[in-house]
Amino acid sequence: MGKSVVLDVNSGAVHLVSEVAYVLLDHISPPLTENLSQTVLEQLAGKFAPEELAQAYAELYKLYNGDELYSGDGYDLFADKLVPSPVKALCLNVAHQCNLRCAYCFAGDGDYGDSSLMDAQTGKKAIDYLIAHSHGRESLEVDFFGGEPLLAIETVKSVVDYARGLENETGKRFRFTITTNGLALNDEITDYINQEMSNVVLSLDGRKEVNDRVRRRVDGSGSFESILPKFRKLVGERDGEYYLRGTFTRHNLDFAQDVFELYRLGFDQVSIEPVVAAPKQPYALTERELPEVFAEYEHLAELMLKDSREGGTLNFFHYMLDLAQGPCAIKRLRGCGSGNEYLAVTPEGDVYPCHQFVGMPEWKMGSVYDGSLDAEKKARFAACTVYHKPECRDCWAKYYCSGGCNANNYSYRGDILSPHIISCDMEKKRLECAIALKAAQLDL
Amino acid sequence: MKHVKTLAGATLKQSAEQGGCGNCQASCQSACKTSSTVANQRCERKTESKDTKSA
Repeated sequence: MGKSVVLDVNSGAVHLVSEVAYVLLDHISPPLTENLSQTVLEQLAGKFAPEELAQAYAELYKLYNGDELYSGDGYDLFADKLVPSPVKALCLNVAHQCNLRCAYCFAGDGDYGDSSLMDAQTGKKAIDYLIAHSHGRESLEVDFFGGEPLLAIETVKSVVDYARGLENETGKRFRFTITTNGLALNDEITDYINQEMSNVVLSLDGRKEVNDRVRRRVDGSGSFESILPKFRKLVGERDGEYYLRGTFTRHNLDFAQDVFELYRLGFDQVSIEPVVAAPKQPYALTERELPEVFAEYEHLAELMLKDSREGGTLNFFHYMLDLAQGPCAIKRLRGCGSGNEYLAVTPEGDVYPCHQFVGMPEWKMGSVYDGSLDAEKKARFAACTVYHKPECRDCWAKYYCSGGCNANNYSYRGDILSPHIISCDMEKKRLECAIALKAAQLDL
Repeated sequence: MKHVKTLAGATLKQSAEQGGCGNCQASCQSACKTSSTVANQRCERKTESKDTKSA
């Protein structure tokens, strides 16, 4: 989009600058003096007129004085004081079974190797566990996940009823969400979800041929045609939040086409995520694919700009960026909250740091049946801040991704404190595109 | 200004002073589940104060 953006990492200020100012920034460093040095003036004399340089410098100096350029980093003080937090969110893996056989599923065939379903008693125990570990938190979240959670819909209903019944007595407020492939949706379940779930994440990958290549039914046939009308009905009748959430792989590096196909089909809240897969998998994203992925993110931003200028409503999850009203700096220090304020529960009631750690016995943190929660592991996750991740400390994007996904870090590099660099590269590209899109939409 | 247009001011520093209430949504509960973008989350406190003002 041809924008030159300056992000002042520590203050959060974002500036669009002229070419002169952009070049000038490569020749100056703090502390700034009131007037541009003669040396820099001479260095750039062949490129820009002296009065242009002086004017650009004066404007940069004004930002510097206002603590919106080269501002200092004082958040490490907060990072060192962060202690384990109360638990505020559970991912309930109500079904370790699935009615699809998606090639890229991080849970095997959706069964995490055990094919179990959560019963109502375990679900209720999980609610008790959440309440018991949530001292001081009023708003609590429960996400029904799997596998495919609709395979345990009766447990979902029992858990929701049980939790709602405890709200007044405990002073807690529950927010429920569900992530589903939609295959088992019927009219009754659709109504139920639209009534009870504050957010629903609907899995579909975009174009029919892209979706059906990887998201296959048990008999090997594609799932697109069965699911699409069900999602359309659910979204058409819904007032609350939803996302059509897809995955892109090496096989559809032109994924902007999938975002826009979902939009064309009637869904304007879309999230398409890079696949999580070992590099040896034929569909995995590796360093080789990055140039094409980056170009596609830029292409997507351009298409979205055109759409918004024509009055369109498409919203892409990773380009949502409220630069003025986003989360506070404290939240941004450690991000996702896995293993600390966010936990996952298996059908048997075992507790893990998050859904992606489920099935790794070394990461089991407790059980909803005896109320246990491994304080040592919790403290380890609580200390997972951008200041404790050496590769994040000096990264310009650290307050936007907050150190990335701890589970991805562990899966790819064997250490929750070592970010998965390919994920970092893609995140930075998405942020660049999001800021450029925001600037272009404001016509700056 | 001719050479600089500010898209967002120093909001992060201001947020640090009053932040950390912890009532915001857990970052992974929204739409990703496999990656992490925290900056697109909402601050519950700001949402609440906006609601209060408009009520």
